[in-house]
Amino acid sequence: MAPVVPPARTEGPTPLFGAYGIVKRFGAFTANDGVDLEIRAGEIHALLGENGAGKSTLMKILYGLLEPTEGVVTHRGDVVRLAHPETARALGIGMVFQHFSLCENLTVAENIALVMPKGLGGRALKARIAAVGTTYGLHLDPDRPVWSLSAGERQRIEIIRCLLQDPKLVILDEPTSVLTPGEAELLFTVLERLRDEGRALLYISHRLDEVRRLCSRATILRGGRVVGACDPRAETARSLAALMVGAQVGAVTAPAGVATGPERLVLSGLTLPAPGLHGTALDGISLSVRGGEIVGLAGIAGNGQAELFDALSGETLAPEPGMVRFDGVESGRLGITARRRGGAGFVPEERNGHGAVPTLSLSANAILSRHATARLSRFGVLRRAAAKALARDVVAAFDVRKAGPDPAAGTLSGGNLQKYLMGREILAEPGILVVNQPTWGVDALAAAHIRQALLDLAARGAAVLVISQDLDELFAITGRIAVLHHGTLSPAAPAAETTREALGLRMGGAAPAEDPVTGAPDHAREAAHAH
Amino acid sequence: MTVHGLTLDIVQMVLVTIVAAATPLMIAALGELVAERAGVLNLGVEGMMVLGAAAGFAVAVETGSTFVGAVAGAGAGLALSALFGLLTVVLSANQVASGLAMTILGLGLSGLVGASYVGLKRDPAPHLALPGLTDLPGLGRLLFGQDGFVYLAFALAAGVSWFLWRTRAGLILRAIGDDHTATHALGLQVRRVRFRAVLFGGACAGLAGAYLSLSYTPFWAPAMTAGRGWIALALVVFASWRPFRVLAGALLFGGATVLQLNAQAAGLGLPGQALSALPYLATILALVLLSLGRRRGGSLAPAALGRVFTPHR
Repeated sequence: MAPVVPPARTEGPTPLFGAYGIVKRFGAFTANDGVDLEIRAGEIHALLGENGAGKSTLMKILYGLLEPTEGVVTHRGDVVRLAHPETARALGIGMVFQHFSLCENLTVAENIALVMPKGLGGRALKARIAAVGTTYGLHLDPDRPVWSLSAGERQRIEIIRCLLQDPKLVILDEPTSVLTPGEAELLFTVLERLRDEGRALLYISHRLDEVRRLCSRATILRGGRVVGACDPRAETARSLAALMVGAQVGAVTAPAGVATGPERLVLSGLTLPAPGLHGTALDGISLSVRGGEIVGLAGIAGNGQAELFDALSGETLAPEPGMVRFDGVESGRLGITARRRGGAGFVPEERNGHGAVPTLSLSANAILSRHATARLSRFGVLRRAAAKALARDVVAAFDVRKAGPDPAAGTLSGGNLQKYLMGREILAEPGILVVNQPTWGVDALAAAHIRQALLDLAARGAAVLVISQDLDELFAITGRIAVLHHGTLSPAAPAAETTREALGLRMGGAAPAEDPVTGAPDHAREAAHAH
Repeated sequence: MTVHGLTLDIVQMVLVTIVAAATPLMIAALGELVAERAGVLNLGVEGMMVLGAAAGFAVAVETGSTFVGAVAGAGAGLALSALFGLLTVVLSANQVASGLAMTILGLGLSGLVGASYVGLKRDPAPHLALPGLTDLPGLGRLLFGQDGFVYLAFALAAGVSWFLWRTRAGLILRAIGDDHTATHALGLQVRRVRFRAVLFGGACAGLAGAYLSLSYTPFWAPAMTAGRGWIALALVVFASWRPFRVLAGALLFGGATVLQLNAQAAGLGLPGQALSALPYLATILALVLLSLGRRRGGSLAPAALGRVFTPHR
C-alpha cells in the first residue's frame, strides 16, 4: 500500500529550497493549486505526475520562468523572489530541459557561453568545459556545431552548462525521454555522483522504474495538487502509478482464445530497398493477421518499423501489388486514400507532423485522414460542420482533454492528441488497423484507454497490427508477437507461449533463424520455435 | 611614363565610382544583416532608405550641414523601423507583409517630406583631403579622398563583425536568431534584442539613403533609391549573413551597376536591363552554390529568420 502522507514541513534541518502554497493560474485554468515542495541537499527528489499534472509549471516557477500567482519560494529558509532565470541561476538553481534549449547552429562552447557570467569567454571557457567533462565523464568537443550531435551529446551540453555554474539544485525535466538505454545509464552515474557531492536534484519523470532506482523521496502531483509523498524505493511501480493517476492502472481485458476470423491483412514476401542513408531495407516480410486478433511487432527502434508502417499505409508503394493484401484485395500499389476506402486505418508514430498537422484545428485534422471515409467533402467542397461533428464525436468517445471547442492539434498534450488520433481512425470502424507505437510518451491512464480501445476494436472483428517497443504493452494486448530485426520478420508466436527473454534475444538478432519465415499462423510450430 | 600614369588614373577613377556605388549597399546591407541575424526579416529596407534620403536632404538644406542631414536620415530610417519593430516584434505581425507595407509607406512619406525640395541642389559631402597623400597618383583618391560615408561603411563592417563574433551581446543576438524558443527558455530577452536589431537596421538603411541624396547624387528626386534597398536585401543573402562578404558583394554589385551605366553609354550590345538583373542572378547562384556545400546539415540562414515569436504565457 502507498502511504499517502502530507508533505512534511517540520522534520530535519531547513530545506535547501522550499516552495509553499504555490498557486499558478492561467486565466480560468489552475495549473498548480497550493503545491508544497521541500528539497534537501544531497537528495534526488522525484516529482511524479501524469502529463498535465502541473510538473512543468512548478519547475518553471522554480527556475524563474514563471511567477506564481500565490505562494512563496524559499532558499535556506529565506523567502526569495525568482522573477527571472538569472536570479534563479545566481541562487544556484540549474536546469536541464526536456526539449533542449540549444541553438543548433551555434557551437557547443557558444551555447554554454550564453548563460555564463560576463567576461568568461573563449579559451577560459573551453578549458572549463574540458575540466568538467573529465571530472564527470561527459566528453564533448567545444567547437562542434550542435546540429551535428546526437540527443545524448546534446543533453551533455545542457548538463555541463548547468554544472559550470556550480549549482546547488539541478532540475531535470524528463531527462531520459530521448536517450538510448546506454546514454541513460551514463546519465544515472552522473546524477548519483552529483548527489554524493551534496547537491540536490529534482527529477521530473513518469518513468517509474527510474524513479525507484534513483530517488529517495518523491512528491506526487495530480491535477495541480500534491496528492502524496513517499519513498519510491519502498513502493512498487504499480503503487506509484496508482498514486499518480488516482485509479487502478493497466487493467485491460486481455483477449481470450485463438482468433479464427478470416485473414484480413496479409503480407507476402514484402521486400523494399532502404529509403535513404539511415533507412532499413525490408527483406521478404510475410505475416497474416486474422479478424478479431491483435498481432504485435516487437523490435528495437530503427529495425524497419517506420519503413514497414509506410509500406502498409501506402506512403511507400510495394514493388508488387500482391505483396500487401487487405481483405483479399491486392493493395501493394494502391495509394493511401484507396487503402482507407478499402477499410484500413493507420496511426503513425509521430503525432505532430505525421499523424496530425499541429497548427491545424482538430476538425481540419479529421478531414486530413477521413475525407474519403466520412464524406467530409461534397464535390470537392469541405463540409466543415460534418468535420466538426466528427471531431466532437472523437473527443467525446475518447475523453480527449482540450482547451476551447476546436483548438489547434499542437495545443493538446501528447496523450490527448494520441487519443484523438486513435479515435479518429477507430470511429471509422476499420476492418484493418495498423498502429505504430500507440502509447509512446503517453501517461498511464491514457495508455490504458488506448489499449482498451484497440482490444474492443479487435473484438468487433477487426485485424489490428500494433508496432511497439514496449514489451509489457505487447504482452498485455496482443495474441501473437513477431519480432522485426534488421528488416526481417520472425514468425509470429502466441504471446501466451513466448517469454520476454525469447523476444529480447530475437530483438537482438541472437535467435537461430533456421526456420523459413512464414506468416502462416501455424501455432504449433511457432510455439515450439519460441521456446 | 605619362601614359602609364594616365591609365592608372583611369583605373582609379573607375574604382572610385564603383566604391561610391557600393557604399549605400554596404551600409544598408550591414544593418539588415544585424536584423536578420537576430531573426527578423525586414523587407522595408527600400522604404527606410528612401525616407532617409528625403529627410536627410531636407534637413541638410534647412540646416546647411551635411552631418546633421546624415543624422536626420538615419533618424528617419530608425523611426520607420520602430514602427516595423512594433508591428513584428511586439505585436507578432507577419514580417513579410509588414516589411512590404513599410516599403510602400516609406516611398509615400518620402514624397511628402521631399515635395518642396525637388530640384534643389547642394554641394556633395566633403571629401577627405590629406596633403600629400590624397594626391598620390593611382591610389591617393581611392584611399584618402573619399567622403565620410565611405570610411564609415568600412568601419561598420569591421564593427558589426566584431560585435557579432567577439562580444557576448553579439552571441546572444545570433543565438536568438537561431532559436527564439530555446533562448527565451534560458531567460534571454528575445523581443528586446530583436527590437534593437531592427532599429539598428533601420538607422543604417536611413543613413544609406542619406548618402544617396547628400553625396552620391546631391539632390532629392522621388524614389531615387531605385531598388537599392532590394539589392541590399539580396546582398545579405549573397553574403551568407557575413559582414565582410557583404563588403565584397557590395563592390561586385556596385561594379555591375557602374558597368551597366558605362555599357549603355558605350552602346554595348547587351541591354542595360540584363545588366541590372545581374546582382539578383548572382544572388541566386550564390545561394545554390552555398547550399550545395551545406548538404551535411545545419542551416546557412539564421534558423529563426522570419518566424514570429510569441512567448507562451
